[in-house]
Amino acid sequence: MSEEQNINQNNEPKEDKFLAEENKIRLVTGPDGKQFQVNPLDDYFCDKRPQVVAPKNKIIEKFLNWARAESLWVLGFGTGCGSIEIPPLLSPRFDAFRYGVQMRPTPRQSSVLIISGYLAVKTLKRAIRTYEQMQSPKYVMALGSCTINGGMYYDSYNTINRVDQYLPVDVYVAGCMPRPEALLAGFVKLKERIKAGNAEGANEYAEKFDWYKANQKKIIKNWNMPDYNW
Amino acid sequence: MNDIIIKLLWTLLGLFIVLNWGMLMGASMRKIVARVAHRRGIPIYQPWLDLIKLYAKRTSISHGVMFYLGPVFRLGGGVGIFLFLPLIYGSEYWSNFSWAGDLVLILYFQFFGMLGMALGAGEGGHPNSVIGITRGLSQFTTVEIPLTLAVISLALQYNTLSITEIVAAQQGGVQNWTLFTNPVATVAGMLSLLGALRHAPFNLVKAPNEVPIGPPTEYHSAFLGVLRTNGAVLHVVEAALFMNLFFGGATNWAEFIIKTFLIYFWSVFVGVVHPRFRIEQSVVWFLKIPLAIGVLAVILYI
Repeated sequence: MSEEQNINQNNEPKEDKFLAEENKIRLVTGPDGKQFQVNPLDDYFCDKRPQVVAPKNKIIEKFLNWARAESLWVLGFGTGCGSIEIPPLLSPRFDAFRYGVQMRPTPRQSSVLIISGYLAVKTLKRAIRTYEQMQSPKYVMALGSCTINGGMYYDSYNTINRVDQYLPVDVYVAGCMPRPEALLAGFVKLKERIKAGNAEGANEYAEKFDWYKANQKKIIKNWNMPDYNW
Repeated sequence: MNDIIIKLLWTLLGLFIVLNWGMLMGASMRKIVARVAHRRGIPIYQPWLDLIKLYAKRTSISHGVMFYLGPVFRLGGGVGIFLFLPLIYGSEYWSNFSWAGDLVLILYFQFFGMLGMALGAGEGGHPNSVIGITRGLSQFTTVEIPLTLAVISLALQYNTLSITEIVAAQQGGVQNWTLFTNPVATVAGMLSLLGALRHAPFNLVKAPNEVPIGPPTEYHSAFLGVLRTNGAVLHVVEAALFMNLFFGGATNWAEFIIKTFLIYFWSVFVGVVHPRFRIEQSVVWFLKIPLAIGVLAVILYI
């Protein structure tokens, strides 16, 4: 890791075949008629490292953690076959609203990311981007045996085996596939963890940022996005 | 000088009551919707927890000055309506800062928050917020037309633009309420209230299960907390405005709470039995029946 704040580890030129068309360096004409060069990866995205935010005073933090635990906003982002288990949660039969679980459509507003099943390399990239756009404190729940040891995809060429190598996971829900009841039990477990003050995944991610990034880049060959993009 | 400070303190207390009542109403609405769908629904204290959690988020990011000011303008709109709205008729302290032309000012404040939100959401730069704010502004413009016509009809009827005077004219029994003295304007107003409170079928703009959540796509942490605070205040003051205009105002807090809840419940009741409109459907709907009724209400009093 270089000493400067910019954390672009690969020093090779950014002009590569994977770069999306809109992210390539280009000339733009401003409203005043002047032409200037735009490098979207540097100009449009943030490349500041995540910071560790220490918990506040013990008593206040206990109260805040209680509020955080009782108000889990889940991102509606399905990664594998497990995503089919999430919609029934909101149906009259399981009714996760009772536990303070609500769905949010945007990563900015949500606090829980559910990795719902196997993660293909392509999806891992999206999951990382999504996780980094969420605001701290944030929690990750991994669903199904695929996220624990690869499950039935353990020897697949295109699927990762262990999610916690790439994202800090708070709660695993085992099963193939876990029933919605198991998912609810997972939420209850996550609540216990948050209330006990142990769910500091966002801080852990910031502390071991280099390790996580190195792992991620080992898997994702076509890294054509900024290193940290909130 | 002292009088002003004391009045300000009473107004802040009123704002606190209105905020909590708004959150309780929002929670009860979600409970009702859940019971209709055969669910138990959220705990009744969920909105408070959500708010605490949002304000207690550890990180937040900004997209620029307007991104900061968007929620502030939105809250300014909601609190602005509150400041100039008499809550309890006949009470010196609970009538806030209402004065001669407050009706016009309140109509202006209703749009003010929306415009501030448009600027903030625009700077957020997310395509979904631009779509959302376009939808929101076009729907709210059509909502305002029948409402404004109803208000003009009321102004012609009572020959005043002061809400306190309109409430005063309705005292002395149910038969003096605008509901009975000017039913046409009441119908136009109540139909536009459905859009102003933004429940189903007119909740496309901010419905979380629409693909773009709407203007607040990029808003998070305390920004969203401010927006939610405003939402709670706005629900009560909208209901209180309609209570003052059409249902004889309130002379004590019990009356205030019962009337605002029933007016709010009207939109919830319509919401749970109707599916959501697409934006072009709701725009066209407001420009048909409510607009025709509003025009009729004005014609009757010219």
